[in-house]
Amino acid sequence: MKESYNKSLTEKEVENLKNYKYGFSTDIEEVRAPKGLNEEVIKFISKIKKEPEWMLNFRLKAFERFKKLKEPNWQKPKYPKINYQDLYYYSAPKSMKDKPKDINDLDPKLLETYKKLGIPLQEQKRLNGIAVDAVFDSVSVATTFKEELTKKGIIFCSISEAIQKHPELVKKYLGTVIPLTDHFFATLNSAVFTDGSFVYIPEGIRCPMELSTYFRINASDTGQFERTLIIADKGSYVSYLEGCTAPMRDENQLHAANVELIALDDAEIKYSTVQNWYPGDENGKGGIYNFVTKRGLCKGNNSKISWTQVETGSAITWKYPSCILKGDNSIGEFYSIAITNNYQKADTGTKMIHLGKNTKSKIISKGISAGNSDMVYRGLVDVSSKAENAKNYTQCDSLLMGNKCGAHTVPYIKNKNSDSNIAHEATTSKISEEQLHYCQQRGLNSEEAVGLIVNGFCKEVLQQLPMEFAVEAQKLVGISLEGSVG
Amino acid sequence: MLKIKNLKANINKKLILDGFNLEIKPGEIHAIMGPNGSGKSTLSNILSGKKGYEISGQITFENQNLFDLEVEERAHKGIFLAFQYPLEIPGVNTNIFLKTSVNAIRKAKGETELDAIEFLKLVKKKANELKFDQEKLSRQLNVGFSGGEKKKNEILQMSILDPKLCILDETDSGLDIDALKIVANGVNALRKKNNAFLIITHYQRLLNYIKPDFVHVLMNGKLIKSGGPGLALELEKKGYENLN
Repeated sequence: MKESYNKSLTEKEVENLKNYKYGFSTDIEEVRAPKGLNEEVIKFISKIKKEPEWMLNFRLKAFERFKKLKEPNWQKPKYPKINYQDLYYYSAPKSMKDKPKDINDLDPKLLETYKKLGIPLQEQKRLNGIAVDAVFDSVSVATTFKEELTKKGIIFCSISEAIQKHPELVKKYLGTVIPLTDHFFATLNSAVFTDGSFVYIPEGIRCPMELSTYFRINASDTGQFERTLIIADKGSYVSYLEGCTAPMRDENQLHAANVELIALDDAEIKYSTVQNWYPGDENGKGGIYNFVTKRGLCKGNNSKISWTQVETGSAITWKYPSCILKGDNSIGEFYSIAITNNYQKADTGTKMIHLGKNTKSKIISKGISAGNSDMVYRGLVDVSSKAENAKNYTQCDSLLMGNKCGAHTVPYIKNKNSDSNIAHEATTSKISEEQLHYCQQRGLNSEEAVGLIVNGFCKEVLQQLPMEFAVEAQKLVGISLEGSVG
Repeated sequence: MLKIKNLKANINKKLILDGFNLEIKPGEIHAIMGPNGSGKSTLSNILSGKKGYEISGQITFENQNLFDLEVEERAHKGIFLAFQYPLEIPGVNTNIFLKTSVNAIRKAKGETELDAIEFLKLVKKKANELKFDQEKLSRQLNVGFSGGEKKKNEILQMSILDPKLCILDETDSGLDIDALKIVANGVNALRKKNNAFLIITHYQRLLNYIKPDFVHVLMNGKLIKSGGPGLALELEKKGYENLN
């Protein structure tokens, strides 16, 4: 059940590291569940997390359901069959077994890992004004700024801790947006999820800082199944950021997280993701399969949920952060930048489900494909018969670089209400030689020129990101496309 | 500064420049005039390093083979092209573009990069000199600019970057008389002992405001006549066909 692994880097790997700067792995002793997926493993996970019985039952019920579900295959990017019995479903740094009480008790190697990632966890060096929850493989390793948040009644902790300390909230909301029976990957997550973040913002509170979770897959052969649950009570506001990286490994690693957001009356949740999972090498070997279910429920009247995503990593990105606009006058927004290069593939977009009256949704999607990559925007705007006076505006822009990549737009519109107003605009363009030449004549090299043009193309979405992330994301956009011109 | 010897250029098997020769020394202003299709824009494209031409002959800039230099390296060495059709780059703020450009060139020269405040000070000064509406600088690069504004923006960039060799490719076409004067004043203000100008134009009228040292007539890919400023006036009277 214990396993430590050691891996020395080959020259090729060192070379690759220069391209993907988060590609290092940390040599740390891990506690793992036995390989494979069965009731025993689920019980193991539940036991090691000291979960109450209701939680175990939730998992087992999901597993029963999972056994009857078929893996979907309607998506455009195809992948080789995943052997779900050949994965580890739980992997945790050994030193976390007896959970350290203090950040300073953490394994120095873990701290070092986060330092390399630019996420300092120690008190004195914490990110300015951002509370961080760091998830390393299967467990949450540190949450910063906890005390300051507690004063306001805000709960920001790992989901494992929330299950122990705030069972009433978890029980009330977990699985209400993404039900146990939802679909193959979401149901798998409900059975085996390991850790993730939990946020509760009490009535009338505006969260004074950005909350952030940093996900890191380290162990090999490991699936990462986080579960994030964010509840914004009446009249509250929270802005939440999520960042992800992984080491470079030759095999494909599965990441199937579930994220549930619930906004009650007059509440607002802003959820931003900068996803930079390892995309595989330039020949398409390795990389993360990012099959994530993200869904927000605007449960209350006048509530708002806004998704902003910058997707640059992963071998395959397959996700549709969605909003269910149940409350009257509720608003759903989706701002997305998806970049694929080399052999990366993405099938991503959103679903806006209008149920309440006067609900509004806005979708701004910017897809950039380069190299041999392929990109699909797939979106659904669904207006129910009761959603009087619903409004949607969708804008999908694709930018192509080179002549071997693809961009596809697949918008679905289901409208059962004649009062609604739905608008869809789409463009496809290429970076022109003339634009590049113009920038180069002004002293920019070709990569700087592409970075500038692409950032201009993505501007509407980048503007939605919190300041600290926007700068990071802008750089990432440039880096992701390096080598794609010439 | 710039020496062009026996330059021949083809595009899609079509001969555009056919044995072109020119030498420009520091402090000089050269004007090249010629009818449509004579190879004027090809010349400026080749000098800036635009790809897609089959080229033979020799070009040196400050004794360095120009063909060894990438487009941006030519810019770093001080070659500036004011484009005939300045490009629009949606979403890119004009100020940010300018700052990126200034700093890319400063960096290549080993100079310290300008911070936001130093940069804005410089831009403000130059924009005032050129009567360029500063509000436009916070807009997307050339997007929604009128033809005249685009051209003025080129001259503004030129005066901010302070290059050694300024190539103006039909900067005067499409300008009204007021804009023309502003562009000409910009060029005159920039004129120094150690820089030079190559002005490509259809018409003599720009040369009423910028006094060239040499005027050359380009026809069918080569210079058929060179002279002083008087040549431009002669050309204006006689037309290209009746020259000789």
